[in-house]
Amino acid sequence: MRIRPAQRRSLRPALSGEAVSEASESMKNESEPTNQGRRDFLGAAAGLTAAAVAPGMVLHTVDSEAAAPTGGVSDAHRWGLLVDTSKCADGCTACVDACDQENGLNLQSQPLGDDELKWQNQRATWIRKVKLQDNLTGQVTNLPLMCQHCEHPPCVDVCPTGASFKRADGIVMVDRHTCIGCRYCMMACPYKARSFIHEQVDQKLTRAPRGKGCVESCNLCAHRLDTGDISTACADACSAEGHQALVFGDLKDPTGPLRQALAKKPNRQIRQDLGLNTGVRYAGI
Amino acid sequence: MAEVLSKGVLLAFLSVALGLSAMAKAEEVGDFVQPSSKAAAVENCVEPTEYMRRNHFELIRHQRDETVYGGIRGAKHSLSGCVSCHVGYDRQGTPIEIDAEGQFCSSCHDYAAVEMNCFDCHATVPKGEAWNHEVAAAHAHPTGAAPLAATSAER
Repeated sequence: MRIRPAQRRSLRPALSGEAVSEASESMKNESEPTNQGRRDFLGAAAGLTAAAVAPGMVLHTVDSEAAAPTGGVSDAHRWGLLVDTSKCADGCTACVDACDQENGLNLQSQPLGDDELKWQNQRATWIRKVKLQDNLTGQVTNLPLMCQHCEHPPCVDVCPTGASFKRADGIVMVDRHTCIGCRYCMMACPYKARSFIHEQVDQKLTRAPRGKGCVESCNLCAHRLDTGDISTACADACSAEGHQALVFGDLKDPTGPLRQALAKKPNRQIRQDLGLNTGVRYAGI
Repeated sequence: MAEVLSKGVLLAFLSVALGLSAMAKAEEVGDFVQPSSKAAAVENCVEPTEYMRRNHFELIRHQRDETVYGGIRGAKHSLSGCVSCHVGYDRQGTPIEIDAEGQFCSSCHDYAAVEMNCFDCHATVPKGEAWNHEVAAAHAHPTGAAPLAATSAER
């Protein structure tokens, strides 16, 4: 077994004096010249490699004015939402409508001759308004339910092609280039957050590609985040309506609006028992 | 030695001549750039034209993973950049679908008999762009017809 330096140090006092010091001394003497030789060799090899590669190498430079406003996704952030169900109004669909608009979901058209109810069940939706009623007390709760952006997403576990994945910043997405439309993820999701595109979509937005035979769900408006705009269409629409039931932000930023709101209001995850550590939290349920 | 040298010179000459003739042929065959597109007004594509003709899909395929997994949307090899620059416009100034018959993508792909399925999912006209190098350039140089705040305006 190889012992890492830190462990070796901690082991040393536990062993008896003389034999140990001898052993460590001999190790020291042995290792130093070897390391030096290796260093020299590696240095020479690196030089040779550079010389061999350099003439054929083309350096790609990114045009400065074409540079993305953000340097890409990193795990310095984890995006999430807080839904305050006490502020979510009955009958209001502002978040759903804004999401449809933002992500081109309103461009889907009902197939000719398709039953209306069937269409309403099958068309892709990223946010569902859910109404809960306690039968004993009669208390009614309204809430928007979307992809909960789990830390341990079941949809990613079951995906046979790796198309369902979690970005470094915690957003759970589908790579449609590798999605085969098997819909295992739809069955695995405890939140019924995913939709399947059954028909070819005529009109598409550049920011929201959409094709027949792929599964999709809320991506927390990733195209906005990637352009440095820290917002989502649903939270913006909810604020514009004056409800302020949705707070979007960074779960890793203790001073950010989301963490501040989470600290103030008692909140929980839906199906907390599953231990998925969702990025979307609910207050008032 | 002299023989080797002369052979080398001959070979070099031959390869240059062949290369030139191939290029001339490609010029005749290719050039599917739409006169009404923005691409018609610029010197060459994001990479040299010859390179783009043979390798554009390698670039797009690499970029797609950067975008999907890495969230990098402003890079110059993005498909939305291809569309926004190469899309043709009709007399009224409305963009024509880039995969429509005779348009930039389809005319060459039809000629080469290579099926293209980018546009099963992707937008065929610039509409609701989040960010690409065209939009970025418009932001950097707010002149001409380019919209100043394309991102917020298109929301």
